[in-house]
Amino acid sequence: MAMQARDIEAMIKEALPDASVEIRDLAGDGDHYSAIVVSEAFRGLTRVRQHQLVYDALKGKMGGELHALALQTSAP
Amino acid sequence: MADIKSFIDNEVKTNDIVLFMKGTPDFPMCGFSGQVVQILGYLGVPFKGINVLDNPELRDGIKAYSNWPTLPQLYVKGEFVGGCDIVREMFQKQELQSHLKDAGIAVNEAAAE
Repeated sequence: MAMQARDIEAMIKEALPDASVEIRDLAGDGDHYSAIVVSEAFRGLTRVRQHQLVYDALKGKMGGELHALALQTSAP
Repeated sequence: MADIKSFIDNEVKTNDIVLFMKGTPDFPMCGFSGQVVQILGYLGVPFKGINVLDNPELRDGIKAYSNWPTLPQLYVKGEFVGGCDIVREMFQKQELQSHLKDAGIAVNEAAAE
């Protein structure tokens, strides 16, 4: 089952309201996305912790419903 | 599940570099796992590849152990470094090379320059 880009963006913004989120559908199949997420919440965190915040925002969909999301995170 | 946790614990603490992956270093079964194998190969560092496809319990267990939903997962000296995106980004920024050196692991110098 695939997810829409706007749903992914909405879930990330719900958890990280200040985030700027840029999502691309890499393969055009609604299943392989890349996301660039910039949020103040990432400041001072390791990349692992930054990505974990995004995965938490997706509430378990990552690795299940959402097969591939190449993540790039940073603080503004 | 307790057994899987102690199995993982033991693997990451007794091997300098462990890659939990889909397939084996010689035959990766997933492009993301293959990319990390290539990076480690390029750096010339020995690592232990553990194929999670051999064991569904391990495949779920490593995700719980690391609180990380995807594979591959790279461990250096018992510490979770990241998945494919993070490892690739660190490699491109030379951070993986310095991370390994800081951990006391010799890196192929030509690759580290």
